[in-house]
Amino acid sequence: MTLPPSVALASASRQFGTPPALRDISLTVPQGEIVGLIGRSGAGKSTLIRVLNGLDKPQSGRVVIAGQDITDLTETQLQPIRRRIGMIFQHFNLLSAKTVAENVALPLKIAGVPAPERAARVAELLDLVGLADKAGAYPSALSGGQKQRVGIARALAPRPVLLLSDEATSALDPETTGAILDLLQKVNRDLGLTILMITHEIEVVRQIATRVVVLDQGAVVEEGPVARLLASPRHAVTRALVRGLSPTLPADLAARVSPQGDQALVRIDLAGPSARLPILARIAEITGTPPRLLHGGLNDVQGQPYGRLFLALGTADPDRIARVLHDLSPMSVDLEVLGHVPSDV
Amino acid sequence: MSQAMFDLMLKGLWETLVMTFVSGGLSFLLGLPLAVVLVITDRGGICEALVLNRTLGGVVNALRSIPFIILLVAVIPLTRLIVGSAIGIAAAIVPLTIAATPYFARIAEVSLREVPKGLIDAARAMGASRPAIIREVLIPEALPGVVAGFTVTLITLIGASAMAGAVGAGGLGDIAIRYGYQRFETGVMLAVVAVLILLVWAIQGAGDALTRRIDRR
Repeated sequence: MTLPPSVALASASRQFGTPPALRDISLTVPQGEIVGLIGRSGAGKSTLIRVLNGLDKPQSGRVVIAGQDITDLTETQLQPIRRRIGMIFQHFNLLSAKTVAENVALPLKIAGVPAPERAARVAELLDLVGLADKAGAYPSALSGGQKQRVGIARALAPRPVLLLSDEATSALDPETTGAILDLLQKVNRDLGLTILMITHEIEVVRQIATRVVVLDQGAVVEEGPVARLLASPRHAVTRALVRGLSPTLPADLAARVSPQGDQALVRIDLAGPSARLPILARIAEITGTPPRLLHGGLNDVQGQPYGRLFLALGTADPDRIARVLHDLSPMSVDLEVLGHVPSDV
Repeated sequence: MSQAMFDLMLKGLWETLVMTFVSGGLSFLLGLPLAVVLVITDRGGICEALVLNRTLGGVVNALRSIPFIILLVAVIPLTRLIVGSAIGIAAAIVPLTIAATPYFARIAEVSLREVPKGLIDAARAMGASRPAIIREVLIPEALPGVVAGFTVTLITLIGASAMAGAVGAGGLGDIAIRYGYQRFETGVMLAVVAVLILLVWAIQGAGDALTRRIDRR
C-alpha cells in the first residue's frame, strides 16, 4: 500500500444516545505527519480513533484509510487492514501472560510470519525502543514508561503505514511522557510513519505534532498547523486549551495592576520569527527607558519560538505607549496594555 | 487395621482417583470450550449470538439444578449407551462428567469475563482473527483463574464420587458408607476421612502452586 493521505474520514457520525458522540467529522491525516487530535474529555476523541480501525462503526458517513473505504467491511475483512495500522493505548494493554518479546511478536504471529523472522524483527524493535535487556521479562515487572515502549514496539512490528495513539502518555509522569514523545518523534522521522495522536494535553501537541485538530462535543471546531493554532487560536475551546500553555500573570502581581500608575503593564505574545527581533530594544528607544521584564516564558513549537512576556514599560505616557503599539504592529507581535503598575513592582 | 481392610482402602483410593481425574479431565475438555462459547456469544462478545448464548446458559443452569444423586440415576440409559453398562467406575464417570462440566464451565466463564476488554481491543486492532483472540488472549490471560477453578472442580468431584457407590462404582466414599456407617466401624470411617482430607489437601496445594506459577499479573 503506497498511498495518498493516510486517513480520510468523510463526515462520520456515531451515536451513543444523545448528544451524538461524533457529528459529521471530516479528517485528513497527510502522510508522514504527526497529527494531534485534542479535546476535553467527552469530546469524542477515543470514539473517533476507534472508528478509524473499525473497532467501532460510524452510524453514517465513510471511513477511508489509505484510499480504501473500510466503512462496510466485516470484522474478517478488516483484519488485513488493521495489520497495517498500529495502535497504542493509554493503559498499554499488554498481555500479562506473555513476555515482552512474545508481546512484540504477537502481531507478527497473527499475520503468519515464520518464527525465525519474528525473532529477528522483535530483537530489532526492542533495540529501537531501548528494551533489548527486557525481552524475557513479563509486563508486570516493567515501569509505565517501559510498558508503553513495549506497546510502541508491538505496534511497529508489522511495519504499519499509520500509528494510532490513544492517550498514550496520559498515564505517565511528565518525564516519562517526554521520553515517549521523543521516541514517537524519532519513529516518525526515521521511518516516515504517519501518527495520529489523541490527547487532552496541549503540551503533547506542542512537543511533537505538526498539525492539530481540535474536537469539541463530537465535532471538529478548528484545525491547522500547530504553530498557527497555538499562536492565534480562533475557537473558544482552542483558546482555553492553549491558555494552559502560556504563562499567566502571578496572582500577587495581578493584584497590583490598576487603571492608573507609574508604568504601563503590557502583555506581548510572540510567535515564530518575530520573537527573535530586537523588540525590547525597540521599546526602550521609544519610551526612553528600558522595559522591565516582570513575568513570561518561551516555548518551542516546531523549532519556532512561541511565548508570552509581561513588561513594565517605564512610562505611563499615553502618546509613547500608542507609538509602541503602532511601531511594533508590523513586527507581527501581539501587544496589549493590561493596566498600570507602580514602579516598585 | 487388618491387611484385608488396608487392601480395600487402597482399592477404594484408586477408584476415587480414577473417577475424580477422568471425569475431571473430561469436564475440563468439555467445560472450557463451553465457557469460551458462553463468553464470546454474550452481548458485546467477539461472536455475539444472543439466542445461542441464552440457550446454552439455560441448559447449563438446568444441569446444575439437578441434585447429583438424581442425575446419577436419571442418566443410566445414556450411561448404558456410552459405556455399555450402568454399573462400575466407567458408569460413574458419565454422570460425574455431566455434573462437573457445567459446574466448571461457570467457574471458567467468570475468569474469562475478567480478561480486560482493552486486551481484546488490542488484539482486534492487530488484526487478530477470532480464533487467534481466543488462543492468544482470552485463554492465556484467564488461565490462572481457570486452573484455580479446575482445582475447585476436582475437589467437588471427590465429594460427588462418594455418591457413585450407589451405582456400584466403589471408591473411598462407598467404603465409608458401607463399612463405617452401615457396620458401625468407626475406625474405618475415621481412616477414610483422614485419607480424603489428605487427598483434598494435596490437590488444593498442587492447584495453588500451579496457579501461582502461571500467574504473571
